[in-house]
Amino acid sequence: MPLPKFRLEKRESVPNWFRMALPFIAIGISFIFSSIIILFAGKNPVTSIYSIFYGALGTRLGLMETLVKATPLILTGIAVSFAFTGKFWNIGAEGQLYAGALAATWAGISNFNIPSFLYIILLLVVGFIAGGLWALIPGYLKAKLKVDDVVTTLLMNYIILYLVTAILEGPWRDPVTMWPQSIMISPNAEFPKLLQKSRVHFGLIVGLLVVFLVYIIIKHTKLGFNIRAIGANPNASNFLGINVTKTIIITSLISGGIAGLAGVGEVAGLHYHLTENISPGYGYTGIVIAMLGGLNPIGVLFASFFFAIIITGAQYMSRATGVTSFIADVIQGITLLVLLAMLILYEYRIRRVE
Amino acid sequence: MKEIFTIGFFIGLFSATLRMATPLILATLGEVFCERSGVLNLGIEGIMLFTSLIAFLTTYFTNNLWLGVLTAIIVGILFGILMAFFTVNLGVSQHVSGLGITLFASGLSLFTYRQIIGSPQIPPTIETFKTLTIPVLSKIPIIGPILFDQYILTYIALLSIPIVSFIIYKTNFGLSLRAVGENPEAADALGINVYRTRYVALIIGGGLMGLAGSFFTLAYFNMFLYGIVGGRGWVCIALVIFANWDPARVLLGALLFGGVDALQLRLQAIGFNIPYQFFLMMPYVLTIIVLVLVARNAIAPSSILKPYRRE
Amino acid sequence: MDEIVLMKNIKKRFPGVLANDGIDFYANKGEIVSLLGENGAGKTTLMKILYGLYTKDSGEIFIKGKKVEINSPKDAINLGIGMVHQHFTLVNPFTVTENIILGLSSNRFTINIETSKEKIKEYMKKYEIFVDPDAKISELSVGEKQKVEILKILYRDIDILILDEPTAVLTPQEVKELFKTLKILKEEGKTIIFISHKLYEVLEISDRIIVLRNGKVSGERDPKKTNRRELAALMVGKEVFDVISLTPSEQKDVILDLKEITALSYRGHVALKNINLNVKGGEIVGLAGVSGNGQKELEEIISGIRKPLKGKIFFKNIDITHTTPKERINLGIGRIPEDRMDLGLILDLPVFENLVVECYDKNPFSGKLFLNYPKIESYSKKLIEEFDIRTPNLIVKTKTLSGGNLQKCILARILSMNPEFILAAQPTRGLDVGATEFIHKKLLEVRDKGGGVLLISEDLDEILNLSDRILVIYNGEIMGELKRGELTREDIGLMMTGTKKEDLHATT
Repeated sequence: MPLPKFRLEKRESVPNWFRMALPFIAIGISFIFSSIIILFAGKNPVTSIYSIFYGALGTRLGLMETLVKATPLILTGIAVSFAFTGKFWNIGAEGQLYAGALAATWAGISNFNIPSFLYIILLLVVGFIAGGLWALIPGYLKAKLKVDDVVTTLLMNYIILYLVTAILEGPWRDPVTMWPQSIMISPNAEFPKLLQKSRVHFGLIVGLLVVFLVYIIIKHTKLGFNIRAIGANPNASNFLGINVTKTIIITSLISGGIAGLAGVGEVAGLHYHLTENISPGYGYTGIVIAMLGGLNPIGVLFASFFFAIIITGAQYMSRATGVTSFIADVIQGITLLVLLAMLILYEYRIRRVE
Repeated sequence: MKEIFTIGFFIGLFSATLRMATPLILATLGEVFCERSGVLNLGIEGIMLFTSLIAFLTTYFTNNLWLGVLTAIIVGILFGILMAFFTVNLGVSQHVSGLGITLFASGLSLFTYRQIIGSPQIPPTIETFKTLTIPVLSKIPIIGPILFDQYILTYIALLSIPIVSFIIYKTNFGLSLRAVGENPEAADALGINVYRTRYVALIIGGGLMGLAGSFFTLAYFNMFLYGIVGGRGWVCIALVIFANWDPARVLLGALLFGGVDALQLRLQAIGFNIPYQFFLMMPYVLTIIVLVLVARNAIAPSSILKPYRRE
Repeated sequence: MDEIVLMKNIKKRFPGVLANDGIDFYANKGEIVSLLGENGAGKTTLMKILYGLYTKDSGEIFIKGKKVEINSPKDAINLGIGMVHQHFTLVNPFTVTENIILGLSSNRFTINIETSKEKIKEYMKKYEIFVDPDAKISELSVGEKQKVEILKILYRDIDILILDEPTAVLTPQEVKELFKTLKILKEEGKTIIFISHKLYEVLEISDRIIVLRNGKVSGERDPKKTNRRELAALMVGKEVFDVISLTPSEQKDVILDLKEITALSYRGHVALKNINLNVKGGEIVGLAGVSGNGQKELEEIISGIRKPLKGKIFFKNIDITHTTPKERINLGIGRIPEDRMDLGLILDLPVFENLVVECYDKNPFSGKLFLNYPKIESYSKKLIEEFDIRTPNLIVKTKTLSGGNLQKCILARILSMNPEFILAAQPTRGLDVGATEFIHKKLLEVRDKGGGVLLISEDLDEILNLSDRILVIYNGEIMGELKRGELTREDIGLMMTGTKKEDLHATT
């Protein structure tokens, strides 16, 4: 019997239920594929996935760690989502995070004699500016010269990584341990803890605040209007009088700045010094978060928590079932591909050909 | 200073340059095939990493180096097909497809290595390829040790350049390939199957990237490390532009970047004052500069990044 | 004369328009047949059906006496039919030779450029079409590129050539060379179908002329026995119709003034040649012409998205040649673009946002940073009511609206800003009678209140109905200016197809 043939037929509009269901369907499919891989590793996928969720949500320790992991993810997720809304393909959140971390560390180890709350604000400000500037370079190149932003933002990641390594192995190398990491930042600059006996810190508040601010900007300001217009149709936006160049540049600045804040949080709220591995790829996860969240601030919030659960839970799972925690990275990659494949269904529906 | 820069130093440097250029040449040639057909393949970094792992694991378990190379090529081809599925069949964003594949392949590499090997104190190693010393020719002073005492994969890479050049410029397939990359509508109107051409290009590209991946763990190094490809995939993206999508010029760029690689290792060993990271940064900074210059000239295959769908 | 192509009772419908309404067409071996007509007359559709790019809804096609079904260009090529399109399908970085041999089924694994070149040179000699086989397409002139397209077809041993508006981008010299080539092809027994709207050329080159109008054949003529006036009448009609009586308006000062505008098209050829035109307050100036004669570039220049090569634009005596679209909007220039879906509106945004997209950044719709949504929404509600825009509510995505309502959105947006000048490009294309009348009414209102309107339209009726003054554009030049009621429809048809106003009396 011949296989049924399918063809793609253009859709007129996307039903709302589909738009809401899409992320869940994508997660479901990605769990199926991941389960197959776990099976190949000779382990039980059901218990593995269960232990991910149990590990992240079932114990107080797990829940606290999930919140800790969610903190930078919320910020990178919303940073990328903001950029993508305006069609600025910011793949450089990882590097912008490092830029922010670098700047915050500089401010932190300079031991300024200022009260704590001012010091924290200073860290946030310099971190935002550093991240913003790091994204501004590709942003400017795209706005004025039409240089491809995907590749440039990505390359900037490697540049700053080497810069950080050079600084940590050079002038900022810890003179006591001689390891490539900075000395501790001033205790005055440390973010306060939110919950006793946990690592959950002020960065989480910053993240939630930023999500709220981004929501306000996109929905209620002139800038947000411009960004949405350009994201929908740059040609028409230009014809209708919107300053596309200026908007792209501002978008890149803000997006990079937000990602920079993620770096500040990791330094000032978690580690209190700068290391080479301060981010295990949060900037890249931010991309998947942004897409899973449908470029919607609420969606991004949920998607960030989802991945925080996956990352935290995977640690627990690896101890419980022997499946290495790197399954989290696999799930991340598969989810992006599945989402991408499913996005085609926004434009086309599948029809059986008789 | 002068004592350091001896003849011996330079022979070592140039020999190493050729070595380190090997994966760059192979992967860049693969990317040239992809881009000439109109597909930007950003999965190159992930594909090289995963195929280097596959090559390592295969050799580790079978003690057969060539089997390792073969499996790497096959896996590379499979990823090429995956990329083709997204960009040709589904016609979705080439950028995100490639990135998705890199993320997926990288994650899979981490997972697979840790799952199979675990994290022992001393990571497992294999017996790598030995360099092939060509009799007589390798005795020529200076040039001998540089050119004629290399890994067989390096010789393959060098031979690939004229072969790929021939395919692209002198065969019917190459003509169709270039036409599809420049003007798929025109090619379609003349009866050329645009989808099939892109599939073939991505398959060949994937295979070459797999071959490049195998070099990292079977020749250059004797074990697998997560950072073993270290961003060279992105350098290849730049090399394609630097080479103006021409296979012959790929050699030039690969030697340049390979040379920078080789140089910074040696300078590090000498204890040079400038942190070696600045040399490591160079390829990426240069890439951005190349992209800026290209943006002003728009000399890429014209259909790149646009999925082809006949209405 | 043996018939080589016969198309019987061809019908083809597209959404909203019957492009071919029972057309009978035939061509003989060794004949040059011209298909004449305005845009939308159905000539390109008919030929695309013959070439397999479109499928007919009904009718029959016979090639060399045999009934055939043509479902793709490959089928057409196998039957010996080739088509040269308006937009060339050439690979720019390739040489002439490479373009000609591309995709040939007779190609082997390796290609031998030298032997192919020799064979191509033979074809060049036979048909007297000469181009440098080693030249890259990007280096060739437009006329030479067309020669390559023709050689490409001949190389595949095609007997029936369809040329779609081949002289649109050629210089007079290149047109001469093309005609020489066509005569040689004719002598070699090839059949040529020549689609055009240019009367001079059609009369010069054809053996037979078929005129299409509104999807039907309106006449068939022997060029030796007809004249331009008759053909123009067949193309655009002679009927008398009711012209809306316009109240004579008091014309005011010049609002928009274009001086010596020269501009290139995106394809690189000169699309506008030294255009001078102006629009005064209180009048509607209609720009008549067949699409593709520079109207698009003119629209882009006035809108602010294309810079002229030479010349200046003045708005109320201010030089606006180098201003941005936003600045022009702020000055009081309203633009209804021809491409309403891709330029005039941002379809993925909700209706109410499209209604304010040109003024949202000003008081009272926004302050320094924030948008005042309540104000925006109440304002949009008002506009939706006033302009009778059919939409379930304010917030649905604009792309769900029908064509007429989309145009009403654009109109509402523009008119609510009380512009002093409106550029309306093909404003009623594809709209139903009700929407069309509405838009006409609104344009007349602007005129009556003292504003100026430049109406660019392919629809001659629309131009004749609304304009106080009419300009005709052809090949990037203004063929002449006439007052309302000054000339007949035929005369204007003649101007649209290449006759300057001063030469109208000598049209037999």
